[in-house]
Amino acid sequence: MNDMSAPPYKVVGTRPVRPDGVDKVTGKAVFGPDFAASGMLHGAVLRSPHPHARIRAIDTSKAAALPGVRAVVTGADFPTLESLTMALGESSGDVLDIARNCMALDKALYEGHAVAAVAATSTLIAREALQLIAVDYEVLPHVIGIEEAMAADAPVLHDTLFTKGLDATPDKPSNVATRFVMANGDVESALAGAAAVASGRFTTAPVHQGYIEPHACVASVNADGQTQIWASSQGAFMIRSLTATILGMPISDIRVTPLEIGGGFGGKTTVYLEPVAVLLSRKCGLPVRLVMTRDEVFRASGPAPGSVVDLRIGADKDGKLVAADIEFRNSAGAFPGSSVHATAMCSLACYRIANFRVTGWDVVSNMPSSAAYRAPGAPPVVFAVESALDEIAMQLGLDPIDLRLRNAVRPGDPGPMGMPHGPVALVECLEAAKAHPHWTAPLAPRHGRGVAAGFWPNYGGQSTATVSVAEDGTITVVTGSPDIGGSRASMAMMAAEVLGLPYEAVRCIVADTASIGFSMVTGGSRTTFATGKAVVEASEAVVATLRARAAAIWGIEDDAVTWQGGAAQAAGQEPLTIKAIAAKAGQSAGGTIAAEATVNPLDYAAGLAVHICDTEVDPETRQVRVARYTAVQDVGRAIHPSYVEGQMQGGAVQGIGWALNEGYVHDAGGRVANAGFLDYRMPVASDLPMIDTVMIEVPNPAHPFGVKGVGEAPIVPPLGAVANAVSRAAGVRLRDLPMSPDRVHAAIAAKG
Amino acid sequence: MSKVLIATKINGEAHEFACEPSASLLDALRDDLRLTGTKEGCGSGDCGACTVTLDGEMVCACLVLAPEVAGRQVGTVEGIAEDGALHPLQAKFLEHAALQCGFCTPGFLVAAKNLLDRNPDPSEHEVRFWLAGNLCRCTGYDKIVRAVLDAAAELRQERAGA
Ligand code: FES
Ligand code: FES
Repeated sequence: MNDMSAPPYKVVGTRPVRPDGVDKVTGKAVFGPDFAASGMLHGAVLRSPHPHARIRAIDTSKAAALPGVRAVVTGADFPTLESLTMALGESSGDVLDIARNCMALDKALYEGHAVAAVAATSTLIAREALQLIAVDYEVLPHVIGIEEAMAADAPVLHDTLFTKGLDATPDKPSNVATRFVMANGDVESALAGAAAVASGRFTTAPVHQGYIEPHACVASVNADGQTQIWASSQGAFMIRSLTATILGMPISDIRVTPLEIGGGFGGKTTVYLEPVAVLLSRKCGLPVRLVMTRDEVFRASGPAPGSVVDLRIGADKDGKLVAADIEFRNSAGAFPGSSVHATAMCSLACYRIANFRVTGWDVVSNMPSSAAYRAPGAPPVVFAVESALDEIAMQLGLDPIDLRLRNAVRPGDPGPMGMPHGPVALVECLEAAKAHPHWTAPLAPRHGRGVAAGFWPNYGGQSTATVSVAEDGTITVVTGSPDIGGSRASMAMMAAEVLGLPYEAVRCIVADTASIGFSMVTGGSRTTFATGKAVVEASEAVVATLRARAAAIWGIEDDAVTWQGGAAQAAGQEPLTIKAIAAKAGQSAGGTIAAEATVNPLDYAAGLAVHICDTEVDPETRQVRVARYTAVQDVGRAIHPSYVEGQMQGGAVQGIGWALNEGYVHDAGGRVANAGFLDYRMPVASDLPMIDTVMIEVPNPAHPFGVKGVGEAPIVPPLGAVANAVSRAAGVRLRDLPMSPDRVHAAIAAKG
Repeated sequence: MSKVLIATKINGEAHEFACEPSASLLDALRDDLRLTGTKEGCGSGDCGACTVTLDGEMVCACLVLAPEVAGRQVGTVEGIAEDGALHPLQAKFLEHAALQCGFCTPGFLVAAKNLLDRNPDPSEHEVRFWLAGNLCRCTGYDKIVRAVLDAAAELRQERAGA
C-alpha cells in the first residue's frame, strides 16, 4: 500500500538486483569461515564442561609440547582491565564482562565458557591439544532459572554484583543486577475501578538468534603490533574498538576487514573470538583462524533472555485501557545486561494508558551471556501485554483490533519515557489490518485467529559514507556498515536518486576500518536510516561540486546551475552530463570529484507493526500449525520494497519459531541439552505458509526519503499474535512459550 | 594417520586431492579444494547449508566421508552457472530477493535445482517439503519458495520453446 502522495522517485521504491547478489548465488562471496590467510594456523577453544566452577589452575604444558602446536592462551594472557561501559550501538556493555566472556579467568560461569585456546598447524592437532590441557576445577553449585537465581539462597555468580536501582544499596551481592521502574499515575485505584481486568503470569524461554553462519575470524599480528582481523560481524568498528580496549592496544593498530556476514540478528554485535585469535597470533607471529562449531554457537554465544512476566491490565467498559501493572524478570545469562530498559520502554508503547507501573529485573544465572536479538527485550513482554489485551477484548466482547484502535498512540502522545511520540503510524497499521481480507476470512474448524501489535524505537547514530565519481561518470559509494540483508542495494539506490543516475551506474561496497570513518554496528534498525543519511549528504555534496564545475566551465554563477537527470542544466546552455564533467575533472577543472559525510542523527522514528495469524491445533498430537499469516508495518519509505518485505517476513518467522518451537533446554546438571539444529528446532519451509506483507508508508520527515528502521519491529508482534491464535483455537489461554504440543495438551486437559 | 589420495569429478571437472581418511567431503571441498561456496552451518546434517549432489543425489557434504567420492561425480553451487551465465534459479533468487545474508543460498540452490531436475512442475507444497532440510533464518522462506516456483515456470517455458 503506497502513500497516495508518494513523490515521484525514479530509483527509490524500485526493486533492482543487489550489487553483491551474483557473488552470493554463485558461491564466490567470502563469508566469515571462508577467508584464509597465507601460512594460517587453525585454532580451537577449550570450554568448561561445568556450568559453574572455580578455576584453581590450568596446566597447558602438555598441549604446548604437542608437535604442530604453536600457541596456547588462557585468561591469564589477557591484560588486567578496569570496568568500563562501552556503547555497542543501541545497547552498551562493560568491557570487563565482555573480556571475561571471551575467556574465563578465575571462574567458569556457564557450560561452554572458554577457558583456554590453542593454535596449531591443523584443526585436528588443535583439537587434540585441547585434550591435553589440564584444568583443575572446583565445581560450584549452579543456577539456571530466573526465579531460582533470584532466591535468597541461590549460588551467587559474581561477588561484586550489588543490585542497582533499589531504594537502599543491598549489603550482600546477589544475582540481581538491576531493578528498573517506570511509573505514572495511580495504578491500584484505576485497576479497582476497571470493568475488565486481565492478569496472570507469562513466561518465555531463552532462544538463540540462530544465524546459520557460525562466528569466525582470522587474526594476524605483526612484530610491531600492527594487527589485521578478518571477520564477519555486524560492525567491523565494533570489533576494532572492543578488541583494542580488551587487549590494551591503540585502536589504529588494528585494521578490521568485514567479510560477508551470514546472519546476525543482534548476536554479532559483540566479540567472542577476535581477542583470543589476536592473542594466539601475537604469540606465534602467524595468522590464526578461529571458527565456532554449531555446538559452540549454542553453548557459548548469546541467547536472547528468557523472561517471567506478571501483569494486570484493566479497561473500562468501553475498552479504554485504564491501568497496567507489569513486573518482568529477564535472564541476562552469565553477565548483566538483558535490555531491561528497552523491555520496559516497549511494554506499553503502543497504547495510551494513564496509570502504569512497570518494574524490570535484570538477573544473572549460569547460562551463556545473553546478546541482542532483534528488538532486544521487546518480544517477551509484548507477548504478555498483547495476550492480556486479547483477554480483555474477549471479556468485553470487543473486536481485538477495535480494542487496540481505541487505545492506539498517535503522533505527539506522550511516549514511554515521557518524550512525545514521533510520526507513529499505529492507527494506520491497525486500520490496514482490519481492512485486510485475512481479518474477515471465514475460519476453518479447529482454527483460531490472533492479532497483536508491536513497537520498536529504532536508532540513528554515527555513520560515515564517501561518494566518488570515476573518470567515466560512474559512482562508487563506500560505507562502513556491514550489509546484512541488502543494504548495499539501498545505499546505491539513494545515491542514484540524488545524483539522477540509473541504479547500475552506482556501486556500493562496505570498507574496512582503515578505509572509511567510524560507523556504528548494523543494528538498531539504523543502517538505511543513518548510513543512508550519510550517503545522501555525500551525494548532495558531489552534486554541489558538479554544479560548481559546470558553472566554471560555462563561466556563470553556481546558483544559476541546477542538477537534473544526471546533468548540469542552465538557461541557454546545452546540459553537461556527469560523464562530460568527470572527463574534464582530471585535466583542468578542479580535480577529483568526491565527498565524504559523517552523520550522527538522533531524529530516527519508531517502527510499528501489526500481525495477524491463523493457527490450527491438531486434535490428536496438539501440534500447532500456522495456517495463514499477514504482517502489516509502517516502514516510513521502502527504499527497496523487496528487502523491506524480507525483513517483515523473516522477523515474523523468527517470532513464530519463538512462539512455537524454540527454547533452550537445560539438564539437571545445568548443561544445554539441545545444542544443535535437530533438537533446537527452528522453523523450516514445510512448517509455514506464505507470509503476506502490507507496507504502510508514513514518511519520517527527518530522513530525506522518509526512511524508518524496519528490521526489528517485525519480531515484536508475532509471539502475541501466534499465542492469541492458539489460545482462541484451543479455547484456553496459553501463557508459556514455546507452545509445544505437551503444553498445549496440558492446557486443554486442564480446562477439562 | 596418513592421507589418502582421492580422484573424483567436481562439477564435471577431474580433481585429485589428498585428505585424512576421516575427513568429510565438506572439509575436503572447503579446505583442500578451496571451493568455499558450500557452507558449514552445523556439521551434523541438520541445516542443509552444505548440500551438494553425489552422482545426482542430494547429500549433506558434512555427512559424507571424503574418500567415498572417489570415482564419483560431485556437484556444488560453483557448478550451477554455465560459462558465466546464471542458471534461471540463480537469476530468480536475485530477482525475488530470495536471499538476505546469502549464507543458506548455495544449499538452497543445489537442493532446488535437484528438485527441478526431477520435477519440472512442483506445487508450493512439494517445494516446501523438498526444501525442508535447508534452514534459512533470514527470509522466512516466502521469497525462496516463490523464486523456485518462478524458475520452474521459466524452465518449462524454455523447454517448450526449445
Ligand atoms: S553443515 Fe551439513 S547439514 Fe549443516
Ligand atoms: S538468507 Fe540468511 S540464512 Fe537464508
